[in-house]
Amino acid sequence: MSDETPVKDMSFEQAMAELEQVVARLERGDVALDESIALYERGAKLKARCEQKLNEAEEKVAKITLDADGNPTGTAPLDAG
Amino acid sequence: MDLLDDDAAPGNTPEYTVSELSGAVKRTIEGEFGFVRVRGEVGRVSRPRSGHIYLDLKDDNAVISGVIWKGVSQRLQSQPEEGMEVIATGKLTTFPGQSKYQIVIDDIRPAGMGALMAMLEKRKAQLQAEGLFDPARKKPLPFLPEIIGVVTSPSGAVIRDILHRLRDRFPRKVLVWPVAVQGQACAPEVARAIEGFNSMTPGGALPRPDLIIVARGGGSVEDLWGFNEEIVARAAAASAIPLISAVGHETDTTLIDFVSDYRAPTPTGAAERAVPVRLDLLSWVAQQGSRMTNAMGQRLQTRGQRLRDLSRALPRPDSLLDGPRQRLDVLGDRLPGALTRLVDRQRLCLAKQAGSLRPATLARALTHERTRLDDRAARLAPALERLLQTRREALARRGDRLTPRPILREIRAGTDRLATLSRRLDEAQRARLDALSKRLDSLDRLRETLGYRETLRRGYAVVRGDGQVVTTRAAAEAASGLEIEFADGTLKLGGTAPKRSEKPKPPEQGSLF
Repeated sequence: MSDETPVKDMSFEQAMAELEQVVARLERGDVALDESIALYERGAKLKARCEQKLNEAEEKVAKITLDADGNPTGTAPLDAG
Repeated sequence: MDLLDDDAAPGNTPEYTVSELSGAVKRTIEGEFGFVRVRGEVGRVSRPRSGHIYLDLKDDNAVISGVIWKGVSQRLQSQPEEGMEVIATGKLTTFPGQSKYQIVIDDIRPAGMGALMAMLEKRKAQLQAEGLFDPARKKPLPFLPEIIGVVTSPSGAVIRDILHRLRDRFPRKVLVWPVAVQGQACAPEVARAIEGFNSMTPGGALPRPDLIIVARGGGSVEDLWGFNEEIVARAAAASAIPLISAVGHETDTTLIDFVSDYRAPTPTGAAERAVPVRLDLLSWVAQQGSRMTNAMGQRLQTRGQRLRDLSRALPRPDSLLDGPRQRLDVLGDRLPGALTRLVDRQRLCLAKQAGSLRPATLARALTHERTRLDDRAARLAPALERLLQTRREALARRGDRLTPRPILREIRAGTDRLATLSRRLDEAQRARLDALSKRLDSLDRLRETLGYRETLRRGYAVVRGDGQVVTTRAAAEAASGLEIEFADGTLKLGGTAPKRSEKPKPPEQGSLF
């Protein structure tokens, strides 16, 4: 188990990749019972992390405003129609 | 009028000054060629700091100098490059100070599509040679970007298509950097936007995107030309943020497509590549979750079953004790009978022994022993008397043979021997002392002969200065005083000899012993 990155700091992709490994190992069934319980708990955390990232689906569109020299000054709502 | 003048004048041809002639030429040329279009190949191009561009236009046989003033050069759609086939529009003018003429160019553009494409090919070859198209340079796109920067026109179908497709797949934060997507402003603005996104800091007031999409809808080759410009290609290549290019339709390829990390066929395609489909991922996650639960459940069930099987095979604790308990019962039953039998047997044995034990037997044994005792006591006194008599006689015999004479003889012999030995000891001691004394004398004589004083007697002398033996003239001169030792005494010469802390040692006097 890679405990290097805490699950809460993982990107969706990292969490997804590890979840896939956890599921594969549990399904192979060649780990000791104690370890499989730890694996299951980690898998549950990874799944929660994935769901959290998926639920952060928020649409927010802004247009960058520029000054006369073309330097960004801030954002404004975009009316793309 | 001068005679010489008359000689030189060929009739009535009017006479100009140089300035007048130059001015006339200038008027003629500017009047005749006030607006011309000329087609030719761009020769040497120079761009001094003033911002003007000086170049040559040439064909196989002729060259015309040209200039593009700074104001004009800034709004050119495409910059002239050496070797480019161009059509230049402008007017001719002369430069009277140097007897030269040139064309002042108002507009210059590649001569037709072929020239444009040839220029593009050249540029492409150069960037390729620099390695900017190298697949190894291409950065992987993030799987799920948090913020997407879009460089495009803020109005129009392109941004709408992108936002629409993003919303369908996975709504994200989008920052739009508005740019002109055609015309001369296009290339510098797009390049500026790519650099601008890269210079933002993550989590700043303007959050830095994880992914950039540079997009434009379809159009003519000229419309898309800005995306063929070198500054755009270089900005895209230098971007640290992964970049998707989506310019024109699928069939249009612009220079930025070669350097971008991913080339999308259309802006919609760019949005599809940018984010995964959220619902797919949600169901994937749910599926992983249920697979995990199933695997775990199945595992627990298998283990549980196995545990039950094993526990069934395990015997009951009671049954383990049944055998021993039965043995105990049997043995317990047999115990009283066995005890009774043992007591009976021992009693029988005792009765047998007791039967042979009677007082008469004991009395008979006592009488027998007493008789033997009386017999022995009667023989004891006469035996003792006999023994004493024998010993007394032996003692008397030995006493008669005892006299002191042999002892006195032995004492006399001993006294004589002692006197002899004492005399011999004295003689031996005296002889040894004489021998040692003689040897000492002879050694002393030998010492005298070998010592330096014996040499002094033969006429030599020892010179000392300041307590040291002087053996050279130089040392003698250096000494504050000299002392000469003869056989019969010492003579002092010169100053007071320093006090010696110790007696001078005679030279080379080794110990003989």
